[in-house]
Amino acid sequence: MYFESLSAVLQMDGHGTFVWSAYFITLGVIVSMIYVPRRREKRFLRQLGGQIRRSEGSNPPSARKEV
Amino acid sequence: MWTLFHKFGSPPWLYRLSGAILRWLLPITLLALVAGAVWGLLFTPPDFRQGNSYRIIYIHVPAAVVALAGYYVMAIAGAVSLIWRMKMADIAMRACAPIGAALTFVALVTGSIWGKPTWGTWWVWDARITSMLILFFLYLGVVALYEAYENKALAAKACAVLSLVGTVNIPIIYKSVDWWYSLHQPASIKFTGGSTIDPSMLYPLLFMISAFYCLFVCALLLNMRVEILEREQRTAWVRALATERGGS
Repeated sequence: MYFESLSAVLQMDGHGTFVWSAYFITLGVIVSMIYVPRRREKRFLRQLGGQIRRSEGSNPPSARKEV
Repeated sequence: MWTLFHKFGSPPWLYRLSGAILRWLLPITLLALVAGAVWGLLFTPPDFRQGNSYRIIYIHVPAAVVALAGYYVMAIAGAVSLIWRMKMADIAMRACAPIGAALTFVALVTGSIWGKPTWGTWWVWDARITSMLILFFLYLGVVALYEAYENKALAAKACAVLSLVGTVNIPIIYKSVDWWYSLHQPASIKFTGGSTIDPSMLYPLLFMISAFYCLFVCALLLNMRVEILEREQRTAWVRALATERGGS
C-alpha cells in the first residue's frame, strides 16, 4: 500500500476531495444502473400478477367452466 | 450458427438465459469493480507529475472506453433491427441507450473533476471533451426519440437511423486528440507500439476496463429483461411468470 495512514488515504496529498468525489459519483451511477432495472422488473411482475389475480377473482375458473 | 441466431430472437429463451448469466456474472462484476478500485486507489504508485489525482483514471478511462464500445453495440443492434426487423435487436438497441448515457456521464464528470487539479479548469471546449458531450446527447436522443413516438415500430426505426448516423462521432472521439490541439492527453494504452503507462498502473487499469465491460453486459441484460417483459406482457409465459413471482 502506498499510504501510511487512513488520513493519508482520505487526503491523498490534497487531491482527496477530487478523487473521492469522482469515485462516489461513479458508485452512485453504478448502483442505479443495477438497481433501477431490477426494481422495474420486480414492480412490473408484481403489478401484472396483481392484475391477473384480480381478473381471475372477478371471473374464477370454476365459474368460467359453468358458462 | 443460424439456430443460435434464431434462438436469440426468442424472448422467453433470452429471458431465461439472461437470468442464468446474471446469477454468476453480476456478483463477479461487483467484486471485480471493488477489487479494481481498491487496487487503483491504494496499491498503485502516485504519478510523478499529477500526484494522486491521476487515480481517477481507474474510473474515467474504463467508463469512456465502454461508453464508446456501447455505442457500436447500439448501432449494430439498430442495423440488425432495420435490416432483419429482429425484435431482440430492437430491444438491445433500446436497452443500450440509458447505459451508454450513464457511462458517458461518468466519463464527463470524472474527467471534469480530474481536470481541475490537472489543468486548473473544470471544463474546456476542446475536441475530445466536446465530442464526448455530443455522444452523451446522442444517447439521450435515442432515449427521448423512443419515448416521443406512440407507434413503437416507428420509434425503433427512427432510433436505429439516429444510432447509425451517430457512429460518425465515434472515430472523431478516438482521433480528436491527434487531429486537433487538445488539453486532453493522447491515448496511454496502445495496441501497436509500446504503451506510455507504467505496468504497475497499466494492469489495474486493464482490470477495471474488463470489469466495466462486464458491468455493461450486466446492465444490458437487466434492461433487456424489463423490455422483454413489457413487450411480451400479453403472452402466456409472461403471465405465468407474473402469477408465479408477482402474484403474492
